[in-house]
Amino acid sequence: MSSDPKLERIAKGNALALRATGTWTASFAPVLERMVADAEKLGGSPQSIFIDVSEIAKLDTFGAWLIERLRRSLTTGAVEPQIAGLSANYSSLVDEVRRVRATPVIDRSPITITGMLEQIGRAVAGLAGTVAGLVDMLGAVLAAGFRVLIHPRSFRLTSTVHHMEQVCWRAVPIIVLITFLIGCIIAQQGIFHFRRFGADIFVVDMLGVLVLREIGVLLVAIMVAGRSGSAYTAELGSMKMREEIDALRTMGFDPIEVLVLPRMMALVLALPILAFLGAMAALYGGGLVAWLYGGVQPEAFLLRLRDAISIDHFIVGIVKAPVMAAVIGIVACVEGLAVQGSAESLGQHTTASVVKGIFFVIVMDGVFAIFFASIGM
Amino acid sequence: MAGEIQNPIIRVRDITVQFGATRVLDGLNLDVKRGEILGFVGPSGAGKSVLTRTIIGLVPKVAGSIEVFGVDLDSSSTSQRRNVERRWGVLFQQGALFSSLTVRQNIQFPMREYLRVSQRLMDEITMAKLTMVGLKPEVAERFPSELSGGMIKRVALARALSLDPDLVFLDEPTSGLDPIGAGDFDELVRTLQRTLGLTVFMVTHDLDSLYTACDRIAVLGNGKIIAAGSIADMQASQHPWLRQYFHGKRARAVMG
Repeated sequence: MSSDPKLERIAKGNALALRATGTWTASFAPVLERMVADAEKLGGSPQSIFIDVSEIAKLDTFGAWLIERLRRSLTTGAVEPQIAGLSANYSSLVDEVRRVRATPVIDRSPITITGMLEQIGRAVAGLAGTVAGLVDMLGAVLAAGFRVLIHPRSFRLTSTVHHMEQVCWRAVPIIVLITFLIGCIIAQQGIFHFRRFGADIFVVDMLGVLVLREIGVLLVAIMVAGRSGSAYTAELGSMKMREEIDALRTMGFDPIEVLVLPRMMALVLALPILAFLGAMAALYGGGLVAWLYGGVQPEAFLLRLRDAISIDHFIVGIVKAPVMAAVIGIVACVEGLAVQGSAESLGQHTTASVVKGIFFVIVMDGVFAIFFASIGM
Repeated sequence: MAGEIQNPIIRVRDITVQFGATRVLDGLNLDVKRGEILGFVGPSGAGKSVLTRTIIGLVPKVAGSIEVFGVDLDSSSTSQRRNVERRWGVLFQQGALFSSLTVRQNIQFPMREYLRVSQRLMDEITMAKLTMVGLKPEVAERFPSELSGGMIKRVALARALSLDPDLVFLDEPTSGLDPIGAGDFDELVRTLQRTLGLTVFMVTHDLDSLYTACDRIAVLGNGKIIAAGSIADMQASQHPWLRQYFHGKRARAVMG
């Protein structure tokens, strides 16, 4: 039943008459558009214009619109094209299409160098806003914390324990595995290079100091930012999208107190625990490699480790953990609550949460390094 | 069921759908005539949406067969199935607009996939569709999160209609709309059905829609169609649920 559409000129001279035949539907749209474009160039200045559509076998919105487009572009001055032979089935469709207002085709702004520079500028200017947002959230969380201290009954223990399970207990296997492997690698590299100087045993010093002061907590914080920071942002973001946070507010609850505080508490408690476990796993991995690969007996390793490190090294490492946890948590919650209505926005903010979380963790680590160097620890 | 319908657009035979141990649809039969608006009612949780989703192919069935446009969807080839999918449009209960695309991009999405049409024509057709569903052209550049509930339904309908389908599924199109908006929407469905020659399969709870928009009504209960026919048949029915539904307080209010 579908036949190729045609648009023919059937009368010449002063009158312009066109006859449309065949199937005028979306499947033939490219052909139809070309034919209509050709027909638009016809004309000159005819006395009357006449479009015969009686032999159109099938018409849909696309076809009806193209006839309408032709009619509009042939309309010049006083000459109004006549559409004839429209079957009753299709007349309402053609009438419907005639109501469409001609709107200029939207100009999609192309990517330009100035546009890109503008974006960079806006991003840099936005940094101040980011920091302000973080400080704002820190203040809100502290205020909520004080409120909870005054009214301990309003503390959400169940929620906190639930989040502890998510960010701490369930993270243990992957954190222990990765830090164990990192410990192995540090020890192997140390032995490999120190051996040339006959200083194999100093690998224990390096491992102890590095793992306890820096690597243990830094690595764990970065993993937590990727693992739990992103989860926080996605959870809060999708709650925001579905107006769940607005619902909480209208019921008289403070979203910071109900949603953010338990998450922050869980993270601040979890990160020191994970950092400790991570440091132990890294030392164990390093010791194992030192023994199997470097031939350092476990007794000798432990003896050397006791000499090489003091409790200061451990304290320097573990003190950083809750601060980094707070930074990760605040960044994640700020990003989560900034999510707009779309799925794309959720993705962008989750990415931003992880990237900013890791960035601030490293910045904090640098600040701590300067601080501890200044106080001579 | 009363009377076999000749050459139906949808033919559902003996379909059974089960979730775990609960049987939602149990040997259900249903025909939809070409060019009609079928209103589909039933108590909440009876499986109206499940039937719709089964016909569209989103929910697997345990037994039975479904033919749409005369094509058996189980034994059809991929290209046949795509061809069928190109000829139907679906309006989901929540609209299901793509949240990262603008209204214009949402409506053009099926066109881009299925048709080879110039950008100019796509833009013009988008404006035509927006006009048809009663929205202003300015809406085109907005994102779904910037629309009201009624506008989301209208845009979703425009997207469902973007390929000029022969058949549209509407899942509770008027739920969440104010009575005036719902009335407009019924009117809109009627107009579009007339102008585009649509067949409409409409799941609804709205008595007004049943009275004003639907040609025929099918009622789901206990996993089967318990009645199908005109609104007069429904009112005459002695089935207890139907009696309550069509003669309850709200029904009397609608009938005036």
